[in-house]
Amino acid sequence: MTRRSPTARLWRAIPPGLRQPLGLAAGLIALAWLVICLIGPAIAPFDPLAQDLPRFSPPGEVSFLGTDELGRDLFSRILAGARVTIGLALVLVCLSMLIGSLLGLLAGFFGRWVDEAIMRFTDLVMAFPTVILAMVTAAALGASLFNAVLAALVVSWPQYARVVRSIVLGLRGNDFVWSGRLLGFSAVRSIRVDILPGTMGPTLVLASLDIGTAALLLSGLSFLGLGARPPTPEWGSMVSAAVSHFDKWWLGVFPGLAILTVVISFNFIGDALRDALDPGVAPR
Amino acid sequence: MTPGLRIDSLSLSIRGEDGLTPILDRVSLQVGRGEVQGLAGESGSGKTITGLTVIGLEPPRAEVTGRIWLDGEDLMAITGRSLNAIRGRRVGMVFQDPTTSLHPQLTVGAQLTDHVRYHLGVSRAEALERAQTALDRVGVAGGRETLRRYPHEFSGGQRQRIAIAIALACEPAVLIADEPTTALDVTVQAGVLALIRSLVDSLGLAVLFITHDLGVMSAVADRVAIMRRGRIVENGERAQVFTAPAHPYTRELLASLPGATGGLRSRADLAGIDPFGSGDPTGDPTGDRPADAALVRDRPADDDLAGRESTGDGREEAADA
Amino acid sequence: MSPASANPDAGRPPSGAGGGRRHSALARYVAKRLVIAVGLLFGMTLVTFCLTNLVPGDPVAAALGQRAADDPEIVARFRTEYGLDRSLPAQYLAYLGRLIRFDLGTSWQTHHAVAADLAKAVPATMEIAFGAIVGAALIGITFGAWSAYRRGLATDQVLRLVSLIGISLPTFWTAIVCFYVFYYRLGWAPGSGRLTPGVAAPPNVTGMYTVDALLAGEWRTFVDASAHLALPTLVLTLYTIGLLTRFSRTSILEVLDQDYVRAAKAKGLPGRVVFFRYVLRGAAVPVLTVVGLAFGSLLSGTVLVESVFGWPGLGSYAYQAASKLDLLAVMGVGLVVGLVYLCVNLAVDLAYGFIDPRVRVGR
Repeated sequence: MTRRSPTARLWRAIPPGLRQPLGLAAGLIALAWLVICLIGPAIAPFDPLAQDLPRFSPPGEVSFLGTDELGRDLFSRILAGARVTIGLALVLVCLSMLIGSLLGLLAGFFGRWVDEAIMRFTDLVMAFPTVILAMVTAAALGASLFNAVLAALVVSWPQYARVVRSIVLGLRGNDFVWSGRLLGFSAVRSIRVDILPGTMGPTLVLASLDIGTAALLLSGLSFLGLGARPPTPEWGSMVSAAVSHFDKWWLGVFPGLAILTVVISFNFIGDALRDALDPGVAPR
Repeated sequence: MTPGLRIDSLSLSIRGEDGLTPILDRVSLQVGRGEVQGLAGESGSGKTITGLTVIGLEPPRAEVTGRIWLDGEDLMAITGRSLNAIRGRRVGMVFQDPTTSLHPQLTVGAQLTDHVRYHLGVSRAEALERAQTALDRVGVAGGRETLRRYPHEFSGGQRQRIAIAIALACEPAVLIADEPTTALDVTVQAGVLALIRSLVDSLGLAVLFITHDLGVMSAVADRVAIMRRGRIVENGERAQVFTAPAHPYTRELLASLPGATGGLRSRADLAGIDPFGSGDPTGDPTGDRPADAALVRDRPADDDLAGRESTGDGREEAADA
Repeated sequence: MSPASANPDAGRPPSGAGGGRRHSALARYVAKRLVIAVGLLFGMTLVTFCLTNLVPGDPVAAALGQRAADDPEIVARFRTEYGLDRSLPAQYLAYLGRLIRFDLGTSWQTHHAVAADLAKAVPATMEIAFGAIVGAALIGITFGAWSAYRRGLATDQVLRLVSLIGISLPTFWTAIVCFYVFYYRLGWAPGSGRLTPGVAAPPNVTGMYTVDALLAGEWRTFVDASAHLALPTLVLTLYTIGLLTRFSRTSILEVLDQDYVRAAKAKGLPGRVVFFRYVLRGAAVPVLTVVGLAFGSLLSGTVLVESVFGWPGLGSYAYQAASKLDLLAVMGVGLVVGLVYLCVNLAVDLAYGFIDPRVRVGR
C-alpha cells in the first residue's frame, strides 16, 4: 500500500462520479443552494414581500431578474424561496425515509401477516399516480405548505418501505443475525445491532436521489395552488403566475430554472452515490 | 507449425486506479490435438482469465503480453472484429453453469445455429441439419422437436451437453472447457466427463480443461498444469503429477484431497473461514512458494480445490467413468 | 435423482410441459393476476373514499360556497340528496352497490353523471398519453440501449446527462416554456384547448378527436386536433424519455453482465448480433416493466400539463374535483386511475408470457 497525503485520501473518499468537472459543478451548485437556504433573505437586494417596485419590469431594468405582477423583485423572491422549496423537500425526504424504513423494517423482520399487510398497503399506494394521490390528499386537507408536505408524504414513503424490506429479508437469513438471536438478543436489539446498519447505505442513496423528486412534487403542488399560500415566495407558485401572464417570460423562466438547477444537482449527486455503492451499474 | 493450441509466456495485468494489478505471470501451456490439458488451481488463481484471453475476451483495461498460437497462427496479432473468426469457429468454449450460459428466451435450435450460419455461411436448413448432428454427437435425444425447446425444459446435464454441442457446432480444433462439470450433480458429472473424453478421441480435439477439482482432473486430463496466483507452478503428465508431484504446492493440494492424509480439511472447515484468506487475485505472484511445512499447515489449501459441493464418492465414481 | 450410470441424463426425454399443461398454466397465471387486480381496484376505491372523508375539509362548504353552507336548511337538503347524512360505512357500501350497476353518482360540481364526465375526460387524456408513451418508449429505449452499449464512453456520458436533465425538468415549467416559445414567440403551435374555437368536434365514437375526425373523414378537423395535441404530447414525452432512458440503460447493463452474453461473444457472433439478439431480448422483460411504470408517472404528469394547456382531460377533471372536494368525482377518478393501472400491468404481465418462455410454464 502506498502512503497518501490526507488531502489525497479525502479526495478519494468522494464518489468517483463527483470527481470530474460536471460532478464538481453539480456539487458546488447544490452547496450554493444550501447556503442560500440559510442566508437567502439576508442577501436579497429587495424585500421579497414588498410590492413597491414597478410591475412587470423586465430583467435588467429595475432589478437583475425583473419584477412580478405585484411589483415584487423576482431575484429576491427566488433567494427567499430557496428555503421553502429545498428546506421542505429535505424535511419531506427525512420524514418519508423514517416512516418508510420503519414500515419496511417491520415487514421484513416480522414477516408473515405483518409483512403481508404492510406490503399490500404499499402496493395500493404505489398503484396511484403520485401527483393525483398527493393532489387529492392536499385538497382534502386544505391548501397550506404543511399540508402539501403531508400529502407528499403519503405518496413518497412506499419506495423506502420496499427497499428496506428487501434488504432486511436478505439480512435476516444470515448467520450473524441468527447467532445474535441465539445469544438472546431481543428483536429490538437484533434490529439495532445486526440489521439497521445494513439498510443505511441503500436508504441514504435512495434519499439523495429522492430530494429532487420531492422538490418537484412540492413545487408541483404549489403550482396547482395546493401548497404555498400567496405571499409566500415558493418557486412552484411563482411559476404559476406565468400561466396567466405568459408573455412576461421572466416570471416563469427564472423560478423554473431555480427548480431545475436544484433538482439536477441533487440528482447528479444521488447518481454518483449510487454508482459508488453499486459499481455493477457504474460506467467502466 | 505446432497443431493445437500453444500459450507462450502469457502475462496479463489490469489497469486500475492504483496502477497495474498483475493477474497472469508468464503462463505457458501447450495442448496438442487429441489431448486434454488440465489447468487446476484455486479460485482467483487466473485459470478462467487464461481461457478467456485465448479467445480475446480478457476483461476491459487488461494489458496482455506474450504469444498465443493456434495451429501455428499467432492469435495475439489478431485484434478487433477479426477475432470473431476465431471464437466459436476455431476455438469453442464451454462455461461453468449452463443455466446461465444459455439464453433463457432463445430456443436451443436458435442458439445452436446462429453462429454456424454466421461462420460457415450456410442456409438455415443446413444449419439445422448440423445442429441435429451436433446434438446427436453429445447424446441429447429428441430429434427436431428438441431444437424448438427452450433451455429451461432440459435437465442440468442435458443443458451442459447442449452447451458443448453449441461450442462444437462449427467443428473447432480447440475446446476450452471452463469448469464444465462444477455446476452439475455428481452422477451427471461423470457422464459429461466421459462425453468430453470421447469427443477428444473421435474428433481429435485439443481441450484446455479448467477446473478446481483435482478429482475431475484425474478423470479426464492427459497432462495437468497447476496454477497458483497467476503462475503455472507445475505441468506434467497426469500420472507423474498425481503420483510424484515436484512442487510443494501440488503436494499440498494432493494431501488436501479427502481420504489422502486427512485432518487438514476438517480443520479448515471447523475454522469456518476461507482457508485461502481470500480469493484475492492481487496477491503477489512473485511471492515465495509455501515450501515451509508450518506455512502449509497454516493455510491448508484444500477446501476450494477439493470442491465443497461434491463428495469423495462422486469423485471416485467420476474417476472410474 | 436417477441412478448413476455413464450417461444418466441423455436418454431422458426433455422434461418440458406438453401443450395442454402449458395452456392451463397460462390460464391459471392470468386468473391469479385478475383476482389480484380486482382486489387492488377495490382497495383503491377504499383509499380514495377514506382520503376524501376522513379529513378536516368540509365538502358541503366547498360545494355550496360559504354563504349557502351557513344556512342549515340548504346544508341538510344537500346532505340528504347526496346521502351524506348516513354513516361512512353505509355511504361506502351504497357507493359499491351503485358501482355494480356502473353508476358512479352525480358530480355536485358539474351536475353531470360522473361516468359521463369521465367518458369525455378519459379519451382526451389518452390521446396525449398514448402518443407520449409510444414516443418516449421508442426514443428512451433506443437512448438507453445506445448508452449501455457505449458504456463509459462519450456517447454514454452525454446520454446520461441528457436523461438526468430530462427527469429533473419540472413538467409544469417545461409546459409553460414550450407554450411561450412555440405558441407566443414562433407561432408554430395553436393555443390551448383541443380544437381551435369555431372548429366543431367530430362525431363522438372513441372520444379521441384525431381518431374520430379520421373516422368521419373530416380532414381539417383532424389536422387541427393533431396540431393541438402536439405540444402537450411533446412535454409529456420529454419527461418520460429521461425516465425510460435511465431505466432501460440500467436493465441493459445488468443483462450485459450475464453469462449468456459472454457465451454469445465466445461463439464469435459480431457485437451487433450479440447486442440485438441476446442482450435486448434478455432486457425485454425488465424494460417492459419500466414502460408500464412510466405510464403511471406519465398520468401524474398529465395533471400538470393539462392545467397549463387548458386540456379538458382526466388531470384537469381530477384537479377541479379535488379542489372542490367533489367526493363522487374524486372517487370516479380514483377508479379510472386504478383501472388504467391494472390494465397496463395486466398487459405487461401478459406480454411477459410471450417474451419469456419460463413464465408460460408457470415459473
